Amino acid sequence: MFLQLFFAYCALMIVASGLLAISLRNPVHCVLMVLVLFFHMAGLYLTLNAEFLAAVQIIVYAGAILVLYLFVLFLVSLREELHLNGFVPNAWLGRIIAAGLAVLLLAIIPAFILGEKGEWTVEAVRQVTHTKALGQELFTTYLLPFEIAGLILLVALIGGLVLARRDQAGSGDGVDPEPATIGKEVSQ
Amino acid sequence: MDILLMLLWIVILVVVIMLHVAYATYFERKIIGHMQVRLGPMRVGWHGLLQPIADGVKSFFKEDIIPENADRSTFLAAPIICLTAMMTALAVLPFAKGWVLADIDIGLLFIFAMSSLASYGVVLAGWSSNSKYSFLGGMRSMAQVISYEISMGLSLVGVMLLAGSLNLSAIVEAQGDRFLGMYLLPQCIGFFVFFISMLAETNRVPFDLPEAETELVSGYSTEYSGMRYAIFFMAEYIGMMVMASIGTVCFLGGWNGPFPVPFFPPLWFVLKVYLFMFVFIWIRATLPRYRYDQLMGLGWKLLIPLALANIVLTACLKAILA
Repeated sequence: MFLQLFFAYCALMIVASGLLAISLRNPVHCVLMVLVLFFHMAGLYLTLNAEFLAAVQIIVYAGAILVLYLFVLFLVSLREELHLNGFVPNAWLGRIIAAGLAVLLLAIIPAFILGEKGEWTVEAVRQVTHTKALGQELFTTYLLPFEIAGLILLVALIGGLVLARRDQAGSGDGVDPEPATIGKEVSQ
Repeated sequence: MDILLMLLWIVILVVVIMLHVAYATYFERKIIGHMQVRLGPMRVGWHGLLQPIADGVKSFFKEDIIPENADRSTFLAAPIICLTAMMTALAVLPFAKGWVLADIDIGLLFIFAMSSLASYGVVLAGWSSNSKYSFLGGMRSMAQVISYEISMGLSLVGVMLLAGSLNLSAIVEAQGDRFLGMYLLPQCIGFFVFFISMLAETNRVPFDLPEAETELVSGYSTEYSGMRYAIFFMAEYIGMMVMASIGTVCFLGGWNGPFPVPFFPPLWFVLKVYLFMFVFIWIRATLPRYRYDQLMGLGWKLLIPLALANIVLTACLKAILA
């Protein structure tokens, strides 16, 4: 009973904060809403006995990635630099497409089939603790996908490095190019 | 009934921690005073013993000023985010055998998660105040916390490898009650990295750039007054205590001491935490502030590679010896 209530609360908050994140006017408030969303995602992981994933969700997404988003938001003065043209000409057309997508997604739900039960039942995971179970599976059964993911991340890292270095070569020898107008407009 | 008992424990913990925060400020002022050949607070009570209480009452009754152009809701929420995140981290700290509110398997990760959330409070305070000094303080804090969180997390991986667990009680148990069992010696590189990152994470001297008073007035907390300023202050001191406790648990053998204490089992834990606090204050009285680029260089070019090397070395040694 408690678990169901907790799940309902988390699901509700995820939907609500997701909606607020795309509808609020101030970009910093939007990022905060995403923070709330990530928090409740971590709560969902907890209901699934995946406490390691929950902690990593908060450390990586909330603690690192969102902070970087905030950083970028503060450095860019949004009013002047971001002017997005509408993707579709009419707002109602967009709404109809979105509603169609939602109906499509709902229609697919009955096709969902529960998979076979593996050897890691809830009791088995609880016995060896989630962190250990995850680590063992990751580094034995799923070693190859893990290494591939690691390689992709390494490529992305090197790409970021190359881009950053080229930027520096373009603007002289690394003098801070930011003007003094940082973020005054953002917080209004 | 269980819930009531739990609530009682929580209330006791909160009260003790608040008193600790109050007297940690007294401790700090006294020690710095004597290190600078002055007396420190002397007026309120015997040797100024009631000074923290007087300060608390004063900040409680002060006017709460909110700047006109501030982003109101964020401005009000920022100190609360800071304090809540820091206080939540207290729940998993084992003060003595069995003296822990929530003995969870991912204790160490939980503390990291909470300390990374506390940085949101600082960043948002800096942004929502809508003042240049606050904003610069918030930006500095953000960059500093992101960089030093990495080296801090990596420096503790060695401890996790040796203990084979993320549960803080299990880490203490794994070190045993012998002097040589402490991870201080086998993890000396890890401890070095951890200690420096700890200073940077808690925004203490010599890394107190987010609130460098000679450059930024008071950094992110410039626009805060009264109780809200006091909440930031509390969060900072609880943060210091949480970091000192992680250091105690992971490197100094937690609650274990040379002999068991009969009536108050957490005595050794408390003494070790206060040793850390004393070193914090000692460093504050001794060292000048770092320059910002030096701070970043130290974090990325020295501490992170050192911590990575420590992980590889520990893993190899453990694989060979086991």
